[in-house]
Parts: sequence; structure tokens; C-alpha cells
Amino acid sequence: MLEIKNLCASIGPGEPNILKGISLTVNPGEVHAIMGPNGSGKSTLAQVLAGHPAYTVTGGEVRFEGEDLLDMEPEERALAGVFLAFQYPVEIPGITNAYFLRAAYNELRKGRGEEELDPMDFLDILEEKLKIVKWGPEMMQRAVNHGFSGGEKKRNEILQMAVLEPKLAILDETDSGLDIDALRIVADGVNALKRPDRATILVTHYQRLLNHIVPDQVHVLFDGRLVRSGGKELALELEAKGYEWLSEVAEEVVA
Amino acid sequence: MIDQYRAVFDALPTDGVPEWLRPVRQTGLDRFMAAGFPTSRDEEWRFTPLGDMTRTPFAPAGPPRAPVSQADLEPYRFGHPEWPALVFVNGAFAPELSQTADLPEGVMATSLARALMTDPELVEPHLGKHLGADATPFAALNTAFIRDGAYVRVPAGRTLASPINLVFVTSADADGAMTHPRNLIVVEDGARLSLVESYVGLGESAASFTNTVTEVTLGQQSWLEHTRIQRESEAAYHIGFSHVHQVRESHYRSFSMSMGGRVSRHNLHTRLDAPNTEALLYGLSIGHGEQLVDNHTTIYHDKPNCRSWEVYKAILDDHSRGVFNGKVFVTPEAQQTDAKQTNRTLLLSDTARVDTKPQLEIFADDVKCTHGATVGYLDDLPHFYLRSRGIEPERATQILTYAFAAEVMDEVAVDPVRHELDQVVRTRLGIMDRI
Repeated sequence: MLEIKNLCASIGPGEPNILKGISLTVNPGEVHAIMGPNGSGKSTLAQVLAGHPAYTVTGGEVRFEGEDLLDMEPEERALAGVFLAFQYPVEIPGITNAYFLRAAYNELRKGRGEEELDPMDFLDILEEKLKIVKWGPEMMQRAVNHGFSGGEKKRNEILQMAVLEPKLAILDETDSGLDIDALRIVADGVNALKRPDRATILVTHYQRLLNHIVPDQVHVLFDGRLVRSGGKELALELEAKGYEWLSEVAEEVVA
Repeated sequence: MIDQYRAVFDALPTDGVPEWLRPVRQTGLDRFMAAGFPTSRDEEWRFTPLGDMTRTPFAPAGPPRAPVSQADLEPYRFGHPEWPALVFVNGAFAPELSQTADLPEGVMATSLARALMTDPELVEPHLGKHLGADATPFAALNTAFIRDGAYVRVPAGRTLASPINLVFVTSADADGAMTHPRNLIVVEDGARLSLVESYVGLGESAASFTNTVTEVTLGQQSWLEHTRIQRESEAAYHIGFSHVHQVRESHYRSFSMSMGGRVSRHNLHTRLDAPNTEALLYGLSIGHGEQLVDNHTTIYHDKPNCRSWEVYKAILDDHSRGVFNGKVFVTPEAQQTDAKQTNRTLLLSDTARVDTKPQLEIFADDVKCTHGATVGYLDDLPHFYLRSRGIEPERATQILTYAFAAEVMDEVAVDPVRHELDQVVRTRLGIMDRI
């Protein structure tokens, strides 16, 4: 489904690379966790995959279902089925959540050649999806993320994901800053949306999310490189040993 | 060039004009003749290009060649058909287009010309009384030409269930014509009113000149929401002056929207003339093409314990220009004043520009007065956020532009008025579905 080959990226032309040659393959139905210390490039990887304009790809390639993902505009990636749950969801005062979700949903329908839904028909769909994040309809009349708590913002990302039903969901530190109840709601949401034809990439600093969402593979990112991959037990090893020991591993990889 | 205005003055009909009004008009003319039209050398008009307008020999507007019908007004309809409405065409009251059937007892909504005939004793204490030396030369010119406009009076303790619409229509054939509507709004003690004052142009290219003055007087504990919508032809010149006089515990909230006119200017002055008075001033300007949209506000904090809150926003595209000047005067007596002013401009093109100037003059020491101005383009991050959800870039720009406007429109208190405004703004921004 997703094939990343030797991907390099920086925050602009002439800037040093943050991603220094990442290769990764994600198959349908799989859950991959990408872990690593702060500043290792985890969020950069997530945002480059979604097409964030702040980053410049300086090398390598990414194929999504055989298509050149890097050649696609952010909205084309979304229509192709790629979804990024933002680490810092953006506040948009003046636009209701209901409108935002419907506008995004209708773009998908248009892309599939289907008719757009009016607010009433969309409400039926929305009601089902709200159950996944255990919200009532009142959250839909609030402005997008405006004045939301950290946990509410993350739940809102999961709600968007539930509405848009992406093939590949990339969750960028969706667990950070969540209390244990909110973490469970987010994890249950992700698990509820799991299907054999969908894949998930969890970008996370901590192991605790992986108690709720069990990954097929865990990758460790350090200084812009994937220095180790393994099964879910690798996450426990990291939890026990911390990230310090990785600097040695990274040197081995470079050497 | 200004001599032509004296000629127009001399030719004004005097029948039906009360004795007391003649010197008021004469003073207006004298003041205008002494001041002349402002130029860019005048600080108050530095950024407002009036040259073309002041050189144009505008003639008083006559009736349109073809009568204006309800159907002509349909695209500009604001609110619901049952709302009371006074419609003026080219400055003259059009009773056949107006709707005043269901006014509650004691409430008056009629033309000023009629009120001057039937109830001059109600008009005299207010007309021109509060408009002081701060009035612009244009306001003085309007006073010289006082003849018709809207008169609304809500007697003490009355509340109107629905808003009153005032609609000033310039016909499509009014190129080179001028009107000077004069409006008087009296909200007595404890009365409540939502008023919508609209200026619309039926022709897209009529270079007309509207020079209007609206005087508002608010009694004790009265409440007024005053929504002003200027959508004249984009070739038109629109100069407006609103003067509000407030006494104890009155609440005034204004929403001033400007989106028409080649050059438009609105002065809104409010005087907080008794303690515990409140004024909320909101504004939204939308400019494109070569439009210039100018807003000047002045808040006089004359007495203690008053609050003013002001948010003016502008959305400027193409080569349009915005001007904002917000004055706040706090007298030595006006302790415990709470005044906040915000001006925000969204530029949609590299060639749009704005000149913004807060002007606070504070002579009391125990006050809270703040101001802030921002000018900028749309942020990249929200734009990317929308695109990452599948929304095309142009549409994302539209949505975020609307969001910028919606934040200030949300402050309109009367729901149906807010919904109508929302519709007007969405149409102008090209967003058809309800947000």
C-alpha cells in the first residue's frame, strides 16, 4: 500500500536534512508504530507524507497504491485515501465543526463521482460517527477546534478520520497530552476503524498507546534514520531502556 | 465647484419646511461653504481620494425613468417581508414600496418630510441637535439639504418584535445624480429596537453620489442594534455619517458593513453622555477591484463607568484599499472607562493595502483602554489543514476568508438579522452553501 524508499526531507531548499533516507513498506491491514526521541524526525515524516508545504523533499520516493505520492497535492492525497491526524490540530474560529466535516466529506464524494450530501443527510452519517468518539451533537456547532481542550482536539481528529474513512491513517502523536480516559477513547476509535484493507501508522513518543492499539511492526527513528525495526516487543524494550542507547545503534547504522 | 451646491440650495423648495428648520439648513450651508470639500491635505481625509468626486457636477437625483418595482428590489431584500420597511428611491420616500402596516401603537416609522408636517414638535428637539463641530463638511452639506429621509421613533418602554428596514435605493439611471438622505432615529427610555439601514444601487455602473446622515438618540436604559449595510454600485461615491447620542444605561450596538461603492466613507460617532452606558461597534468591509473602503469611528467617553468595545475587520482583494481610523476620547471626568479597540485586515492580494490608525486621547487616570491592529494574509497552516482534508486550495481560501468575516458577524445579536447578513457576505464571497 505504502512504499517509502530512501526518503530525505528538510525544512527548505539548502537546509540540512531532517529525514536522512527512510525506507518503509506498509501493507493493507497492518499497524506500524514509529517511535523515537524528540527531534528524531517522526513528525516531519508524518507531515511530509501528508504534503505539508513547510517541508522540501530532497530525495527518495514514496508510492501509495502504486502512485507517486510526492507528486500529489495535499488535497489529492486526501482524496486518494491518506489522512494525517495532526499533532497540533488547527483552530478555525468562524467555521463550525459540522460544516468543516461536511465540506471534507463532500469533497470525497465529488472525487468518487457521487452527489454531495445536504446538511440533513450528512447529519445521519455524522450521528453514527459521533458514537465512535463518544460525543453528542453539540460539539458539531462549535467552531473547529476553537477553545477545545487538548483532548477534545485529538478526539476531533479521530472523528474526522471516522468520517473520511481513509485507507492509510497517520496519527502524529495523537496520544500526547491525553489523560487515560481520552487515550482509551482515541485508541478505541482507531481500533473500531481497523479493516483488512486499511493501514495505520502511529507516530508516538511513548509505549502506552501501544497497550491499546497493538502494532504489527515497531520502527525506531533516530536522527532522521530508521535504526531498528521489530515486533511489538521492541516498544517494551524502548520503554525499559529509554532512547539513550540508540545513539550507539545509530552510529552502527551510519557506519 | 462648490458654488453649484449653493445653487442647488437656493433652488430647494421651502414649502412645508418649518420655520425653525430654515436656520438649521442655512448654518449647514454656511459651514459647508466655509470648509469646502476636504482634500488629501486634510488629516481626516488623507487616504480618501475625493478628487474625482468633488470635480463631478452632481445634480439632485430625480425620479427614475422607469419606476422601481418590488421585483427590482428582490436581490437586495434583507430580512422577512413582514418586517416594517421604509423604502426611498433616489432620495424620495416610496410609500408603495414600503411596509408600515403592523407597527405597534405609538411607534412611528415614516419619512422625515411627513414627520416634519405631522409631528414637528417631536422632530425639532432632536434633528441636528447632537451633531456637533465634529461633523464633516459632508454632514454640513447634508444638513443644508435636509428634506427627506427616515424618521423612526420608539416611545418609552416599547419593544419592537421585528427589525425595521430602511432601504435607500439608487436607480440604475442615476449616473451623475446625488442624494442627501437625512435620518432621525429616536429610541426613548427603556425602548428596544433593531434597525437595519441599507444603501443599495440597482445599476452596476451608476456613478452616483450618496451623502447621508443618520442621527440616533438613545434614552435611558434603551437598547438599539443598528445594522448598516452599504452595497451601492461599484462606481458610486458613498459618504455616510452616523451620530449617536447615548444617555444613562443605554446600550448601542452597531454593525457596519461596507462592500459597495467606488469610494465609500462612513463616520460613526457615539457620545457616551451619562454613566453606565455601553457602545459596541462592529464593522466589516469587503473590497475588490479598485474599491476604497474607509471607516472612521469616534467614541466620546464623556462620563465615568462606561464601556466601549470595537472590532472592525476588512477583507481586501485585487487593488482595493482600506482605511480605518478609530478615535477614543476619554475626558478627565470619565474614570473607570473600559475601552477596547481592534482592527484586523485580511489581504487577499499583494496589491491590496490598508491604512489603519488608532487614536486614543485619554485624560482620566483610572481607565482601561487598549487598542490593537493586525494586517496580514491568510495563515498557511489552516489552509494546509483544510487541504489535508481534501478541500481544494481556492475553496480553502474562500472558507477561511468567510471564517475571518464570520467571527465579527457572530456579534450581531438579533438572530434573523445575523442570518441575513451571513447570506449577503456568503454571496459576496462566492460561497453558496450555508456554513
